[in-house]
Amino acid sequence: MISELEKYKTADTSKVTHWFKAAPVDRFPEDGGACIKYGDLQIAIFNFTRRNEWYACQNLCPHKMQMILSRGMIGSFEGEPKVACPFHKKTFSLKSGKNLNGDTCDIATYPIKIEDGYVFVGFEE
Amino acid sequence: MTKIVVIGNGMVGYKFCEKLCAQETAKDFEITVFGEEPWPAYDRVHLSEYFSGSTAEDLIMAPRSWYEENNITLHSNEMIVKIDREQKKIISHSGHDYSYDKLILATGSGAFVPPINGVDKKGVFVYRTLEDLDAIIEYSKKVKTAAVIGGGLLGLEAAKAVIDMGLKAHVIEFAPRLMPRQLDEAGSATLQSKLEELGINIHLNKNTQKIKGNGKLESMKFADDSELPVEMLIISAGIKPRDELAKDCGLATAPRGGVIVNEFLQTEDENIFAIGEVASYKNMIYGLVAPGYEMASQVVNQLVNEEVKPFMGFDMSTKLKLIGVDVGSFGDPFGDFEPSKPIVYENKNSGIYKRINVSLDGKRLIGGILVGDASAYNMLLQMCQNKMPLPPEPEDLILGARGGKEAAGAGVESLPEEAQICSCENVTKGSICSLVENDGVTKVDEIKSCTKAGTGCGGCMPMVNDLLKHQLKAMGKAVKNVLCEHFDYSRQELLDLVKVKKIKTYNELLDQFGQGDGCEVCKPAVASILASTWNELITKQDTIQDTNDRFLANIQRGGTYSVVPRVPGGEITPEKLIVIGEVAKKYGLYTKITGGQRIDLFGARVDQLPDIWEELIDAGFESGHAYGKSLRTVKSCVGSTWCRYGVQDSVSFAIQVEERYRGLRSPHKLKGAVSGCIRECAEAQSKDFGIIATEKGWNLYICGNGGSKPQHAQLLINDVDTETCLKFIDRFLMFYIRTAEPLTRTATWLNKLEGGMDYVRDVVVNDSLGIGEELEREMQFMIDTYACEWKEVVNNPQLRAKFKHFLNAEEEDPNLKFQDMRGQKIPAAW
Ligand SMILES: Cc1cc2nc3c(=O)[nH]c(=O)nc-3n(C[C@H](O)[C@H](O)[C@H](O)COP(=O)(O)OP(=O)(O)OC[C@H]3O[C@@H](n4cnc5c(N)ncnc54)[C@H](O)[C@@H]3O)c2cc1C
Ligand code: SF4
Ligand code: SF4
Ligand code: FES
Repeated sequence: MISELEKYKTADTSKVTHWFKAAPVDRFPEDGGACIKYGDLQIAIFNFTRRNEWYACQNLCPHKMQMILSRGMIGSFEGEPKVACPFHKKTFSLKSGKNLNGDTCDIATYPIKIEDGYVFVGFEE
Repeated sequence: MTKIVVIGNGMVGYKFCEKLCAQETAKDFEITVFGEEPWPAYDRVHLSEYFSGSTAEDLIMAPRSWYEENNITLHSNEMIVKIDREQKKIISHSGHDYSYDKLILATGSGAFVPPINGVDKKGVFVYRTLEDLDAIIEYSKKVKTAAVIGGGLLGLEAAKAVIDMGLKAHVIEFAPRLMPRQLDEAGSATLQSKLEELGINIHLNKNTQKIKGNGKLESMKFADDSELPVEMLIISAGIKPRDELAKDCGLATAPRGGVIVNEFLQTEDENIFAIGEVASYKNMIYGLVAPGYEMASQVVNQLVNEEVKPFMGFDMSTKLKLIGVDVGSFGDPFGDFEPSKPIVYENKNSGIYKRINVSLDGKRLIGGILVGDASAYNMLLQMCQNKMPLPPEPEDLILGARGGKEAAGAGVESLPEEAQICSCENVTKGSICSLVENDGVTKVDEIKSCTKAGTGCGGCMPMVNDLLKHQLKAMGKAVKNVLCEHFDYSRQELLDLVKVKKIKTYNELLDQFGQGDGCEVCKPAVASILASTWNELITKQDTIQDTNDRFLANIQRGGTYSVVPRVPGGEITPEKLIVIGEVAKKYGLYTKITGGQRIDLFGARVDQLPDIWEELIDAGFESGHAYGKSLRTVKSCVGSTWCRYGVQDSVSFAIQVEERYRGLRSPHKLKGAVSGCIRECAEAQSKDFGIIATEKGWNLYICGNGGSKPQHAQLLINDVDTETCLKFIDRFLMFYIRTAEPLTRTATWLNKLEGGMDYVRDVVVNDSLGIGEELEREMQFMIDTYACEWKEVVNNPQLRAKFKHFLNAEEEDPNLKFQDMRGQKIPAAW
């Protein structure tokens, strides 16, 4: 399963070489997330309606290697947008991917853009 | 720049680095650490949690990135084989050498293996490192019984691990009693009978002479000629300091092992320090983390020229953790070092033994032993360490105050300022109180992160909590249980706001009364409040629900869900049973009978849920709300229709009650039961509300609880008719829903409620607040507006569409993996 974890590497907006057209904006629940498939990667995308922001990160929770983060609740911790894993409520910053409880690995995050009513996720490589 | 080299990346070696890096002058040091284990330092104290689900990552003290961020060079997997004191350098097994200005020996200890004939056989293990545990787990798969040599703290921890692995456990102890260094004979006997109840076989006075078997272990032979057949053996007979490097370079070591240090933790060589389990001070090895951390601290202080407290030995009081029996031993448990008078309390029936040793003048506590109930451990330890004056009747300390008066001097307020609350991190009462008083700290988490109190063994957390509450109260601040950083209100206040302001959505409430964007604490709490007030379908605001409520099913390992249709009162027709069986077969689900008399179907993919429910609903089932903080089941015995003892029809009443409260959202789950006579076969007294039939009607019990802290329900009223019984349950449940904190079961709610059961009876039965009818009305509204959530989803294509793993592909989650067990599927291990 570690090899599964290694597939996910944070992508930097300035280095994005491929913008993947994920799905229409209105398919995503408000203030919540959904999972999309990109090759053999699973990416969680969050429509943070309250903040008028979008975020993307790996769907894999590094705590017990569960493909689940897209079903997690989102919110903020002292202003930092975050997602809580449904299993044991480990929380991760949606901006930096940092584990906010300080006891699990961080996660990879990906840039996102909205164009023509579609959500695009950016990947390097 | 001073070159610091640390040999050993264990708990103490790590703590040394952490403390040095926290110094202002940290940049004056170049730190290099060597550890022979493959991973960075991990929490050995909680090693046994590896058996109950913790992973290696959970146990790591700090990830590799921490070392990088702090400019520490960490060489894992590298063993140091030689110290060259003349040239001030060390040499590793791979032949590299590194020079140092100051060398820190933190090599800890290894397991002590007694020279028994045959210890080298296959199947014999020690219990010290993650690698040991991996090997034990691997081998355990092939065997059914295991023995542990050593009945001390560690041995008993290992024995617990043996039962956790599902094996038959034996503990072999050389001494005539268990935990010989902590317990006296009577304490040991009490512990022994408790352990035997847990299924651990104890063998005392056994001197192992030979480990027999052909290549692999088959049995153990003892000096008294008896023999015990076992397939696996874990040796936990003590520790042996890793002083070989020191010995080899000519540093003095103690006869019983360990590098000899003075009160400043210096070895004979002024440039070499030894800390942790490898250091021997006055012929003593300190096999606990707290003294090791204290040593680390003092060496750091010397390096940065701060005030240094000489190390004068350390309190070795301990509590046994994990095994499920409370055991504590503190101060001088046997009264060996100072003449004293013991006071002993023993209750063989409930398995409790307590002993305290009181000084001859009756003024001070010298030490003591607690078995079966160690709840007073922290306070007694404090009284002992701080030489606090004893109450006039010292026996109150272990018996509790009798005759209506408060136990004297047993609260945190009576502790002196310098009382050490967290011994792992050496945090005093004074420093915690000053944080609260001067730095405006109001939360336990803040105390944890500012002082590190409670981050070691965690045993002091209840005390830290009490101190915080006490200090806030002393400062005149109301101790208010606010929900989280987004709402400065308690649950009860929010519920009132929702009602009065007619708020129907989470966002409205957050906009008007909160701040920020919410979180996983306040979202489900508010969702529950909204549901308990308006009873609208929770699917309307699905993203504020916990995943279970969002997908109306219980998430299980691997990310699949389980499905539980309601079976009111546990009564089900053969036709319906067949439907459940057929659905399970069709969708390949694992089936199990639950504790609440219904059937749980596991392993459903999120996209299968609506299809499964469509079939169940067609057959007349409805949601069982097993996923919600809501009414679960009302269990029943068969009652007077069949049972020869029954005096009322418990099944019919259970069905009526379950259907009345189905779908009712509450601060936590609710369970009920109805028994048909006083024989109580439905176990109603363990439920949030339990009804027991009498010749004249029903007895109603409330606030019982199974779970981790079982508590019996208490009688609210006896011999009432059906209608009155329902009326009181209505009032009780609504009153609880209005006033409880989030995620608080009725038992805990009652325990915290001022006035306790008498108060509840006043409100519910005597209507002392005059809200009886209002509560009934609110409940009637819930009953009238009930609708099955699954029915709604099944019939609504838009809602149905949300049950998918990928938004952009029709595929299911390719990472789901199952294996077979006894003819059914289970998820692959995590
Ligand atoms: C199962 C278990 C339960 C415990 N429970 C408790 C408890 O409840 N409370 C409590 O206070 N204590 C408990 N302890 C004891 C506690 O873990 C130790 O006191 C503590 O770990 C000592 O820390 P240390 O750094 O001195 O040694 P260690 O943690 O043993 O670290 C020493 C490290 O140095 C490495 N090393 C040794 N020699 C070399 C070398 N030549 N080159 C490179 N690396 C080397 C070792 O591999 C090891 O990783 C428990 C121990 C065990 C095994
Ligand atoms: S509680 Fe009474 S009525 Fe119910 S099954 Fe037991 S004996 Fe029969
Ligand atoms: S079902 Fe309950 S008791 Fe059993 S493993 Fe899960 S949480 Fe623990
Ligand atoms: S699996 Fe995500 S928090 Fe445990």
